Amino acid sequence: MASRHQLGEPVVVVAGVEKSFGSFKVLKDVGLIVRRGETVCIIGPSGSGKSTLLRCINGLVPISKGSITVAGREVNDPRLDKLSLRRDVGIVFQQYNLFPHKSALQNVMMAPIHVLKQDKAEVEERARRLLAKVGLSDKLASYPGELSGGQQQRVAIARSLAMNPKVMLFDEVTAALDPETKKEVLVTIQDLAAEGMTCILVTHEMGFAREVADHVYFTDGGLIVEHGPPAELFGAPREERTKAFLDKVL
Amino acid sequence: MDPGAPLRCVRDDVADGATARQIAMIAAFFERLNETQGLNFSVFYDAFDRSRFLTGLWTTSYICVVAILASLLLGLLGVWVAGSGSRLGRLLVRAYVQFFRNTPPLVQLSFFYFAVGGLLPTVSDGFGGQSPLVSGTGWAIIALSLFAGAFNVEIFRAGIEAVPSTTVEAAESLGYTRLQLYIHVVLPLAFRICLPALNNNLVNLVKTTTLAYAIGVPELLYAASQIWSESFNVREMMNVLLVTYVLLVAVLVFVMGRWERAMRIPGYST
Ligand SMILES: Nc1ncnc2c1ncn2[C@@H]1O[C@H](COP(=O)(O)OP(=O)(O)O)[C@@H](O)[C@H]1O
Ligand SMILES: [Mg+2]
Repeated sequence: MASRHQLGEPVVVVAGVEKSFGSFKVLKDVGLIVRRGETVCIIGPSGSGKSTLLRCINGLVPISKGSITVAGREVNDPRLDKLSLRRDVGIVFQQYNLFPHKSALQNVMMAPIHVLKQDKAEVEERARRLLAKVGLSDKLASYPGELSGGQQQRVAIARSLAMNPKVMLFDEVTAALDPETKKEVLVTIQDLAAEGMTCILVTHEMGFAREVADHVYFTDGGLIVEHGPPAELFGAPREERTKAFLDKVL
Repeated sequence: MDPGAPLRCVRDDVADGATARQIAMIAAFFERLNETQGLNFSVFYDAFDRSRFLTGLWTTSYICVVAILASLLLGLLGVWVAGSGSRLGRLLVRAYVQFFRNTPPLVQLSFFYFAVGGLLPTVSDGFGGQSPLVSGTGWAIIALSLFAGAFNVEIFRAGIEAVPSTTVEAAESLGYTRLQLYIHVVLPLAFRICLPALNNNLVNLVKTTTLAYAIGVPELLYAASQIWSESFNVREMMNVLLVTYVLLVAVLVFVMGRWERAMRIPGYST
C-alpha cells in the first residue's frame, strides 16, 4: 500500500468544522484531508452528520465554525464564487435527484450548457461518452421515470462528471437500491476511482469500502472517532465505538 | 388598442362565394324561424346586430387573451419577487395578493375606472375633443389582469413549493444560479403541478370579463344587452350569450389541454 504522502496534493481539507442546526450540534470539530486521486470512505451510524459534512463541502450548507478548503479555496469565504466551487465538486445523492422532465441525455447535458455555457455539440458528444461509460448508451432518450433506480443513479453520476469536477462526493448512493442494481453502481464508482478521480464516499457498503478506499473515516455523534487505511480500521480498530459499530454492521 | 378593427375581415362582402352562400342560407333559416315561430335570433340574419355581436365577441376575446397573458406574467413576477429574499418585496407581493383576492372584482374594476381613471389627465383625441388616457377596455384589462394575477401568484407559489427540495438541491450543486434554477428546473416542474389550478383560474377570468359591462366596455354581454333592448329578444339573446361563453371556455380548455399534453413527461406523474 502506497503511503498517503505519495499521493497528490490535498484537494479537500476540512479542519475544526462545527455545524449546528439551531441549538443542535450536528458536527463537532470534524477534520479530514483528501488528496488528489484518493478515494476516502466515511462510515458511521445514521444521524452522525455524514450527509451534512458532504453538503458543507460543496457549500450547500454553511458551516458554523472551522474551515473547509477545496482546491485551495475557502468554501465559506463570502467572496468565493459558488459557481466555481460547485463546478469543482460533483455530488451524487441517495435519491438520484435527476431532473424528471428531461431525458437521460438532457440531464447530463443541462449543467454544462446552462452553467458553463459550453458548446452544445461538444457537450452532447461528451454526454454520450459519459453515458456509454456508465453503461447506458441504450437509454439516452429515456426519462428518469422510465429508468430503474440503478440506471437513474448512473445517469446522476454521469451528470456530475459532465462538469469535469476535481472531486466527487457520493452520499449513500446505493442505499436505495436492491442488491443487483447496487453492484452496477458500485462498479461504476470503482472504475472512476481506478481512473484517478478523487472521491469521497459515504457508504454502508463495508465490503466495498474496504476494497476501494485508500483511507476510511469512522464518524459518530458529529465527531471523527477514528481513521486509517481500511485494513487497519476494519482489521484492527483501536476505538471501542468503532468496534461496536463494525460488529453490528459486518 | 382598437377592438373594432379586425371586424372588417368578417364582413359579408369580403367572404368568398361559398361562405357568402352559407351565411345567406343561415340568415334565411333564422329569418323564417322568426316569422313562423316568433324566435328572434337577430344576430344570425340582421347585419347590424351581427356586426355588434361580433364586435362584442372580438372585444371579449381580446380582453381574455391580453389579460390571461398579463396575469401569467404578474403571477411569475409575484412569485419571483416574493421568493427573492427581499423583505419589502415579499411584503408588497403579500399585500397585492391579499388586496385583489379579498375584494370583489366588480369593485376593483370600478375603482380603476372611476377613481384611478378620473385622476389621470385626458389627451386630445385629434378631433378637437378630449378622451381619457386609458379606455374602458384598457381599464378592464388592467383590473382583470391584476385580479387573476393575484390568484396566479398563489397558484404558482403552491406549484413551486411542491417541487422537491432535493431536485432543487441537485441543480444548486451543479452550480445553477437562482434565475437558471427557476427557468430550467423549478418553473417547468411547477407549471406541470399547478396546471389544473391554473386552468380553473383562467376559465374564471374568461367569465369575469362580463364585469367590464359595468364600465361600458363593448364586450359580449354589453353587445347582447344592446341588441335585446332594441330587438326585444332577451330570451333568445340569453341563449346565444350562454352558448357563446361555453364555446369561448371550450377553446381555452382545449388550448390548455393541448399544452398539458405537450408537457407530459413519460414515466412521471404529478
Ligand atoms: N436542515 C436540517 N435542519 C435541522 N436538522 C438537520 C438538518 N439536516 C440534518 N439535520 C440533522 O442532523 C443530523 C445529522 O444528519 P445527517 O447529516 O443527515 O446524518 P447522516 O447522513 O450521517 O445520517 C440528524 O439528526 C438530522 O436530523
Ligand atoms: Mg445521510
